[in-house]
Amino acid sequence: MTRIDAKFATLKAEGKKAFVAYVMAGDPDYATSLELIKGLPAAGVDIIEMGLPFTDPMADGETIQLAGQRALEAGQTLQKTLDMAAEFRQTDNTTPIVMMGYYNPIFNRGVDRFLVDAKAAGIDGLIVVDLPPEEDDELCIPAQNAGLNFIRLATPTTDDKRLPKVLQNTSGFVYYVSITGITGSAEASAADVAPEVARIKSQTDLPLIVGFGIKTPEAAQGIAAVADGCVVGSAIVAELAKGRPVADVLAFVRSLADGAHRA
Amino acid sequence: MPEDLINSFMTGPDEKGRFGQFGGRFVSETLMPLILSLEEEYEKAKTDPTFWAEMDDLWTHYVGRPSPLYYADRMTKHFGGAKIYLKRDELNHTGAHKINNVLGQIILARRMGKTRIIAETGAGQHGVATATVCAKFGLKCVVYMGAHDVERQAPNVFRMRLLGAEVVPVTSGRGTLKDAMNDALRDWVTNVRDTFYCIGTVAGPHPYPAMVRDFQSIIGKEVRWQLAEQEGEGRLPDTVIAAIGGGSNAMGLFYPFLDDPSVNIIGVEAGGKGVDEKMEHCASLTGGRPGVLHGNRTYLLQDEDGQILEGFSISAGLDYPGIGPEHSWLHDIGRAKYVSITDKEALEAFQLSCALEGIIPALEPSHALAHVAKIAPDLPADHIIVMNMCGRGDKDIFTVAKHLGFDMKV
Repeated sequence: MTRIDAKFATLKAEGKKAFVAYVMAGDPDYATSLELIKGLPAAGVDIIEMGLPFTDPMADGETIQLAGQRALEAGQTLQKTLDMAAEFRQTDNTTPIVMMGYYNPIFNRGVDRFLVDAKAAGIDGLIVVDLPPEEDDELCIPAQNAGLNFIRLATPTTDDKRLPKVLQNTSGFVYYVSITGITGSAEASAADVAPEVARIKSQTDLPLIVGFGIKTPEAAQGIAAVADGCVVGSAIVAELAKGRPVADVLAFVRSLADGAHRA
Repeated sequence: MPEDLINSFMTGPDEKGRFGQFGGRFVSETLMPLILSLEEEYEKAKTDPTFWAEMDDLWTHYVGRPSPLYYADRMTKHFGGAKIYLKRDELNHTGAHKINNVLGQIILARRMGKTRIIAETGAGQHGVATATVCAKFGLKCVVYMGAHDVERQAPNVFRMRLLGAEVVPVTSGRGTLKDAMNDALRDWVTNVRDTFYCIGTVAGPHPYPAMVRDFQSIIGKEVRWQLAEQEGEGRLPDTVIAAIGGGSNAMGLFYPFLDDPSVNIIGVEAGGKGVDEKMEHCASLTGGRPGVLHGNRTYLLQDEDGQILEGFSISAGLDYPGIGPEHSWLHDIGRAKYVSITDKEALEAFQLSCALEGIIPALEPSHALAHVAKIAPDLPADHIIVMNMCGRGDKDIFTVAKHLGFDMKV
């Protein structure tokens, strides 16, 4: 059982929806980013998604692109992202951390070495945008064998015929991408998402979390109500990008988490 | 490699879209269903005579194929060695080999019922070819082009707009060809249901590398019969040589010769200011290492953390940090040899082609020509080199003028 499985078991027992927050590791610099991440659990965040910066984030909108650029310019690397997770773990051994990013920095380090290091750093799961089920041998299977969850994205274009393939080697939870598009773009609508959630849940027992296009506490509540929880990323990253102090960003995160938890 | 161990170099990719370890389908889930349906549609088209009949008709009457295979007499004498032929793909409609592939993809898009075409472009040649074919078929066309390239390739931007395309300057990342490809992929993910992504080179997720190669292979197939016509039945080139950015013109020339062991195959990468630790070049094979970008595993320019580096070349068409996966495979197994040529050497070859043959070449094939200049003098007179003159130089005269210190202001 990973920290992710344990967290969902707890939430289920409490009858609560999950609130997942995405932040880009190293944005705008290592110290600020670590301070923000350390503050997330107290702000109501159930699961932390740590973005691994990459020069070519082809599924991300401008907000996350710029966050990645700021992080890279401030010297963030895969190693520093692992270090950040390890530092977080010194004071928090229960909040799950999912690393989310693109495959090349991981491939470049070597999958076996990466998995050992990620596990040691206290990472619980991986979301790698450019690894569909067709490439499961690359990282998904080795990650599961190493005891890390591999969380798959399901999308509006994942039809019923394809869904079993997407769900097959997924663990931890399923991340439903609410729109056809990139992060931080169109607004997700609970009315559109609800039937999709039902469709996917009919084929899996895993928790289903919805992300992309959720920007406000009201939206977080609306979407979480029709799923097992929701993810907010760009809206949080955008607050930080305005140069607001970490405490203010955490207050915004708190309002989103409260929204999701009201659902 | 012993010949009896390998039946053919022409059977790739495998069912996972791999050439050895290279290639694959490294895309987000949103795109996967579309990529699979494209593969299905392409497999159907490949064996459908009506598809190829439509291609042949347009190649003949719209593009002007076959392009001539021209014996470069004065160039041959100038180097005093090998006999040099130029495959004149710069004479195609729109001035480069790009349209060979665009026609194929647009016909496929029409068969799939897609109404909106998107493309990325560097120097603008692929964008112009795509805008051209879209105009011909009345399709909506959106071209992503790095903001920096929009500035330095203004004539091609205007051409695309004349042809009815919307040109989107890309400012994300550093505003170069790779960023244009990122933004095209972002558009595709957003408009996946009605949009077809027309990729300009032998890269991207499977089936693009194989499909674009197949469309460009018309180049090598023509060379086979044209050379036999001029040099006698069964005569094959001794060396085929082409410039490589992503590598589509090269793959098109090389592919039909992969199983002819007597044919030397040489790809020429852009060496920019020199292939060294400063990384001011675009030579992915000679100066990069394997990684994953834009849907495929291939050789990439990257730093020690796996972050992608910007390429550097005088030629906007070669300014890409990756290369088609089949080239990476041919490089690793040693079937093809890859070399690099600097900006300076390419500029010299550019001028030589103008002066000796009356052909103003694009800067891309000028790189290939510069390597011909290096090897031809030491080869015997009965050694036949076929070089792909894959584009004409009209688009490059401003860049060349600047480097030669000529004031173009009118």
